[in-house]
Amino acid sequence: MTTTAPREQKATGRRKLWGHQNRTLWFWVFVGPFLLGLGVFTYIPLGWSVYLSFFDAHNTVTPDDFVGLGNYTDMLRNEAFTDSLWTFLVFSLFIVPATYALSLALALMVHRQRRAQAFFRSVFFLPAACSYVVAALIWKMSIFNGVRFGLANTVLGWFGGDQIAWLSTTDPPWYWAVIVTVRLWLQAGFYMVLFLAGLQRISPTLYEAAAVDGARPGWQVFRHITFPQLRATSVAVVLLLVINAFQAFDEFYNLLSDSRGYPPYARPPLVYLYYTALGQGQNLGLGSAGAVLLALIIAVVTVGQAKWFGLGRKEAE
Amino acid sequence: MRDHSRDDARVRAGRALRLSLLIALALLFLIPFYLLVRNGLSSESDITSPEWTFFPSTMRWGNIEELFDDTSVPFARSLLNSSLIAVATTLGTLLLASLAGYGLARIPYRHANKVFYAILGTLMVPASVTFVPTFVLVSSLGWVSTLRGLIVPTLFSAFACFIFRQYFLGFPRELEDAARVDGLGYWRTYWRVVVPNSRPVFAAVGTIVFIGAWNSFLWPLVIGQDRDAWTVQVALSSFTTSQVIRLHELFIAAAVSIVPLLVVFLFFQRWIVAGVERSGIDD
Repeated sequence: MTTTAPREQKATGRRKLWGHQNRTLWFWVFVGPFLLGLGVFTYIPLGWSVYLSFFDAHNTVTPDDFVGLGNYTDMLRNEAFTDSLWTFLVFSLFIVPATYALSLALALMVHRQRRAQAFFRSVFFLPAACSYVVAALIWKMSIFNGVRFGLANTVLGWFGGDQIAWLSTTDPPWYWAVIVTVRLWLQAGFYMVLFLAGLQRISPTLYEAAAVDGARPGWQVFRHITFPQLRATSVAVVLLLVINAFQAFDEFYNLLSDSRGYPPYARPPLVYLYYTALGQGQNLGLGSAGAVLLALIIAVVTVGQAKWFGLGRKEAE
Repeated sequence: MRDHSRDDARVRAGRALRLSLLIALALLFLIPFYLLVRNGLSSESDITSPEWTFFPSTMRWGNIEELFDDTSVPFARSLLNSSLIAVATTLGTLLLASLAGYGLARIPYRHANKVFYAILGTLMVPASVTFVPTFVLVSSLGWVSTLRGLIVPTLFSAFACFIFRQYFLGFPRELEDAARVDGLGYWRTYWRVVVPNSRPVFAAVGTIVFIGAWNSFLWPLVIGQDRDAWTVQVALSSFTTSQVIRLHELFIAAAVSIVPLLVVFLFFQRWIVAGVERSGIDD
């Protein structure tokens, strides 16, 4: 306010408050409520989580039994937790490349389709409006149902294949087919839209130049023009896919648990944390340590990947 | 000449191949929706019959009525809860995130960038990783199994704030300058000039938030412990893991649960696409 002209300094208090000269005040009027809520429901829980993770906290949020790094060493030595990280790793090794390839392929085909483009885009995008709970129900109770009925086994039967108990066969692990296809169906359309947006931004002159240089339409143009131009989109898509895979909970929980409980296999980290922190033991200290470890892993992976691929850097050249 | 006609034929063949592939994939993508409706209108024995048929032996439209008459299933209540939560979350998020996004984009303040990065940073912390401590916080407030507990913690979406900020950065300054000349302050400029001229971005963010709120599962599962606080997703999930539910009721319930979304989705689809394209997410 030191630079305010003398004339304005004489303004009444009311005008000072409501006029647009007091920018700092107005900034906080607009941003303050949001930031306050974010602080209470994101920053405080994070801090509290770190605090809890150093205590032996069963069923209580105000523990007094300090255990230092005990929860962390317990968690890292706990086979169930490390197994859950392996489950995530296997899951993302399937789902990230599969979704990437399918959504890119869909985008390329829809982009080049003149007639009925909006129709195809809607159909592929439609599953995004479906919840994991509903999708898991269809997958579990209708397509990949046990031995007696279910679409997958019916189709297998047409070709003389044996019936498969999809969700309870661990050797070979057929349940992965169920878990991967449900997510693929739900999310491919969303990433297709991201790729479509990227495709629309590629300048037509690049394709004209490629044609002049004698590049054959199809693979050559895709390899030398389209794919490199989609670099920024690709980086963002892979990043989102990995982060979302880390958060997998809904379909695992809904596909694999039943009235008898959750099977010991295929528990990704969030499912494991859910049962640790809010299951019978209510071990909030151990659960928080796991949550902090998971957050650290995600941060390292995200930052590392962003650095590696140069996220935020504009298209080269 | 010859080369050209051969190229034409190749292009046409390629086009036909692409179209048939698209149609095949589209059918594959629609099958789950078909199964949902087919089973919802079947009798239980049709669903579990080893002899799978394309159509159920009889179409049972009465399943919908039966679902709402079944008192062992709190389905109507869960629909009401989900509607209240989704509407409140959408309105609250739009209000809070748009104000914050506007402030960050258009009100000059020395530390605006620091504030922006503090908000952006929370995007790196996936919301579901903080569910343990947020549960702890909400339970210490005594909000478990209340609508408050289900709604309030989800109102502060850094993602929505980010999209609004990016959008308002590109909002035409001339419109605001005209308002300024008319003597409007930030508050009235925002409500009378900026909001009415930004309907598409509100529609896009609103739709995405509505769908997310309607479909969210982990948080309502954690907080909605009493049956009276169940959302549709929690109700459906608890039916799939219990042994007593009748399958046809479960499927018709799931079909009913996606109807509001399909309506919102088909109506606002264009804006979702535009919103995603403009979010700068891939820039």
